[in-house]
Amino acid sequence: MTQVSTTQPTVPGASRLAATALVQLIDVGYDIQGRTIFDGLNVTMERGKITAVMGPSGTGKTTLLRLITGQIKPTRGQVLVDGVDIRTLDVDGLFALRRGMGMLFQNGALLTDLDVYENVAFPLREHTNLPESLIARIVLMKLHAVGLRGAARLMPAELSGGMARRVALARAIVMDPLLLIYDEPFAGLDPIGLGVVLRLIRDTNDSLGLTSIVVSHDVDEISLLADTAYILAGGRVAASGKPANLRVDDSPLVRQFMGGLADGPVAFHYPAPNYDAQLLAQDVPI
Amino acid sequence: MSIANELLINAREMCSKAGRFTFFTLRLLRVTPAAFKRIGLIWAQIYNTGALSLVIIMLSGLFVGMVLGLQGYDLLRRFGSTESLGVAVGLALIKELGPVVTALLFAGRAGTALTSEIGLMQATDQLAAMEMMAVDPVRRICAPRFIGGIIALPLLAAIFSMIGIYGAQLVGVTLMGVDAGQFWSQMRGAMSINDVVQGIVKSAVFGFACTSIAVYEGYHALPTAEGVGRATTRTVVNSSVAILILDYMLTAVLL
Repeated sequence: MTQVSTTQPTVPGASRLAATALVQLIDVGYDIQGRTIFDGLNVTMERGKITAVMGPSGTGKTTLLRLITGQIKPTRGQVLVDGVDIRTLDVDGLFALRRGMGMLFQNGALLTDLDVYENVAFPLREHTNLPESLIARIVLMKLHAVGLRGAARLMPAELSGGMARRVALARAIVMDPLLLIYDEPFAGLDPIGLGVVLRLIRDTNDSLGLTSIVVSHDVDEISLLADTAYILAGGRVAASGKPANLRVDDSPLVRQFMGGLADGPVAFHYPAPNYDAQLLAQDVPI
Repeated sequence: MSIANELLINAREMCSKAGRFTFFTLRLLRVTPAAFKRIGLIWAQIYNTGALSLVIIMLSGLFVGMVLGLQGYDLLRRFGSTESLGVAVGLALIKELGPVVTALLFAGRAGTALTSEIGLMQATDQLAAMEMMAVDPVRRICAPRFIGGIIALPLLAAIFSMIGIYGAQLVGVTLMGVDAGQFWSQMRGAMSINDVVQGIVKSAVFGFACTSIAVYEGYHALPTAEGVGRATTRTVVNSSVAILILDYMLTAVLL
């Protein structure tokens, strides 16, 4: 997608997956406990590209990831991953689909009772009958790729936040997935850790021929990294396109988000009763 | 809101919780055969829930046996039949106190450890990460702990009863002067294999109840510090109540 669009992208043929798309959400609606999170959401994530999902807090970015990974199913519309509608899959089908996915959680989500080596070996031990010597070589290769071959015998508690995320990345790619999903990969990292993770995401995507989805608030990092970005707001795609183009978009919400402005369509104050009335009331209602 | 309405809401909530627990236990039972393929994971859990509970079980068993020895001696002395102390203590420990007290201690020590461990895994996205790696956390995490607990509790109950009988012998024979030969021979003569089987059946059922409650509460704990704390408390309370209710039901059936 080369042009900025502040409306919903047009989906050619609702039931047909675009030739280059690995993930496609078509007119997706999602309601929970009477609240509509998405309504008519259309997103296309192309193979081999890094797609960023951004948006103000509470707009459903993590919910979008959960829809793509099949942890929840859409109320309306279709979620297609590699041409498969996740609504039609049973538990075994979902698990088979997830073997082709890797996910990097914000805190790494390493298994705390296993050391770094065993964490990375975990998916191989669960899904394959490979001999120990081969598992050792694969794990060391993946750890070398993230620069932590020397930390193989450290426990997760001994790792810094950035190191934990790199181990989680090694674990996510150990089964050679088709799709790699990053949930807030830059949160809480120092500049060096941030630079390392940024480079690793790009290198991993390009060298392994993956498709990557990055959920993040970090506009500067996303501008450097992503091929395409979506900004979600109000249960829909508020804008999409190349990050550089989104930076010069003139819609108020995109301008507020990309510029990091305190006030705009997303108000600074959470909805509340009248300020003076609340403070001057006899029994201060809270 | 009227009291009747509140009662109705509470009853509905209880039914809903019971339903969720039943579904979870059925799911656990469905994946249990597959968990036996990873025997190393089960061994690790027998060690965690069983071996690490040994000190508290042995210490409690010793003192419960000593108290039984004292109380039993005092009661039997009034009827002039102190030689029956061995039978009284043996039956009480193997059929009743061994399984029940061990299960209550197990719920407090191993059950809470299981709940907090699984609850913290939930809170730190470790279970979600497993699901994303196409690994069923109920099969990989809950089932080995469930099986380990069911195996460990009867073993702990047997050790509790054995140490308890030794404690009773220490007080009754060594301190109070009951004849050692009568203490042991009457115990061997009056007890049947059926009494031992009753104790094993009870402790296995208590093991099922305690560990299924512990893993259920951990798996469904809210992913916050308070949520894990509350789940741990619920494990102790629900397990203790379940043990006492099941004990009466089993005693009525097995007697």
